[in-house]
Amino acid sequence: MVAILDKCIDEIRRHGASDYPYECCGLLLGSFEPGGSKAVTETYAISNAREEEAKRNRFLITPEELLRGERYARDKNLEVVGFYHSHPDSPAVPSQYDLEHAWPVYSYIIVNTGNDKTGDLRSWIQRADRSQFDEEPVEVMLCNLSS
Amino acid sequence: MPVTISIPAPLRQFTGGQSQIEVQATTAGEALESLTALHTGLRRHLFNDQNALRNFVNVYLNDEDIRHASGTSTPVKDGDTILIVPSIAGGSVMETEIAEGLPELSNEEIMRYSRHLIMPEVGMQGQRRMKASSVLMIGTGGLGAPVGMYLAAAGVGRIGIVDFDVVEQSNLQRQIIHGTKDLGRRKIESARDRLRDINPHIEIETHESRLTSLNALQLFRNYDIIVDGTDNFPTRYLVNDACVLTGKPNIYGSIFRFEGQASVFWAERGACYRCLYPEPPPPGLVPSCAEGGVLGVLPGIVGAIQANETIKLILGAQDLLVNRLLLFDAWQMKFREFKLRKDPKCPVCGPEPTITKLIDYEEFCGLRAQPSAHPPQSKLEEITATELNARRLRGEPLQIIDVREPHEFDIARIPGTKLIPLGQVATRMNEIDDSVDTVVHCKGGVRSAKAIEALKRAGFTGRLINLKGGITAWSEEVDPRVAKY
Repeated sequence: MVAILDKCIDEIRRHGASDYPYECCGLLLGSFEPGGSKAVTETYAISNAREEEAKRNRFLITPEELLRGERYARDKNLEVVGFYHSHPDSPAVPSQYDLEHAWPVYSYIIVNTGNDKTGDLRSWIQRADRSQFDEEPVEVMLCNLSS
Repeated sequence: MPVTISIPAPLRQFTGGQSQIEVQATTAGEALESLTALHTGLRRHLFNDQNALRNFVNVYLNDEDIRHASGTSTPVKDGDTILIVPSIAGGSVMETEIAEGLPELSNEEIMRYSRHLIMPEVGMQGQRRMKASSVLMIGTGGLGAPVGMYLAAAGVGRIGIVDFDVVEQSNLQRQIIHGTKDLGRRKIESARDRLRDINPHIEIETHESRLTSLNALQLFRNYDIIVDGTDNFPTRYLVNDACVLTGKPNIYGSIFRFEGQASVFWAERGACYRCLYPEPPPPGLVPSCAEGGVLGVLPGIVGAIQANETIKLILGAQDLLVNRLLLFDAWQMKFREFKLRKDPKCPVCGPEPTITKLIDYEEFCGLRAQPSAHPPQSKLEEITATELNARRLRGEPLQIIDVREPHEFDIARIPGTKLIPLGQVATRMNEIDDSVDTVVHCKGGVRSAKAIEALKRAGFTGRLINLKGGITAWSEEVDPRVAKY
């Protein structure tokens, strides 16, 4: 289960809409909770300035960017607990390609963007044997805490 | 040596919750091997089924990506730290976009390439990548023959061939792309026909010209990969520099007698030819295959290695011959391998290059404008085969010294000559009569000129005359019964 602040969901949707028809992506920052669940309290958008480059590499987030995000998170006493990206005009389900390029435990949130939008936002988690993704329940937390 | 590996949060479930693990290793690859031997559940998340590091898994040694060093063979020192960082892949949209960029295979092609397709390392994706790729071969000789034939058979979509020669008898002992029926034909035409016959699904582009500093860059830009099948130093340096300047990988091979070399010179990833050989050998020091001979099957082996590396490069395989020089000895049947390093002072691929455009490679290799390099020195007197014959027919007193090797003497000889191999001329000088004119000859005229120099240096006082064009000219101008070889 991943619990995510409602403002983070808004941020992911806004990022997806503004980058449409391209894919957007970013990091989910928060904490790993005992019992395997996660809490997401902040998002960290990755710039799309290198869209062409990313397309060629087939990777949206480079290790350097991830390291930068991890440093940022550490400074705020948070951890990288997963990633989000958008699927423009296609369903919010992971592809075979996504499966081959993922690790377990992390939450992979996919949001559908586009004209025929269902606006689906779903979270996925890879099985420890890498055989498939399972959908992970998303619990929206209302942002009523001061941080 | 003990090194510390930091385990990323999602993988700590496989290390019993530990975030840092110390292992003993001498290379980054060994460190990862020890780590995954210790915590087996980790392995599948770092390595794929072919035991290669997964392509989204990045390994940093003290903050430097090991891909920018020597990959998994990057050495580690006591106290180093290793960080494992994933790249995050995009979604389904990108994947289909990329797949759509590759050409489709027809059913006929699928049948033809089935032995490739059933291997996961190639598969549909790899075979389509092959179809989308282009390779330029420099030369269609001993090395170019197997390279071209295997690349065509493998389905490389566009193959360019550069050559300016015609097919000769002496080529057929090793250049199996050409046949007896092709004698006298242009090599590019003969090669094109053979490749088309092997695979009609690919494009063959012929460039009938000598590769020069004027045309190389333009030619190279139009292809993904360059395969060097040349037989001389000026062209080899030209191919190297043009590859560095256009950012293309150079699949290198060379052969001599029983020995071959192969490597992949790719400046973006490792050493270039100049990092290995900054300077060409002095002219004449390394004999060409025409002078020294070559075992016919040798270019078959070395060329097949070049074709292999080309295909691996197209498929995105690891473990290319980058930063590795492979030496092969066919007589001992031994392979050896040397590690290469990029030379930080390399004049063409280093950070401060002094060669930023193509130069005059004949001059660079000392093959031109020698007068200034070797000032006055006594002039070499020459005679043509026709003149020599005329002088002999007139009964003029003269002697002919053949400075070739005894096994060459067995193949063909000019009647009435004395054999003193080049290496012995100075010590056997007393066998030469200095009271009459001495004509010196070899196969083509190069060694005999050296012999004359050596005799003069040794103090020989008689008149020495070089036979222009050697025994080959004699056969062409005077007596066709003397075999050419």
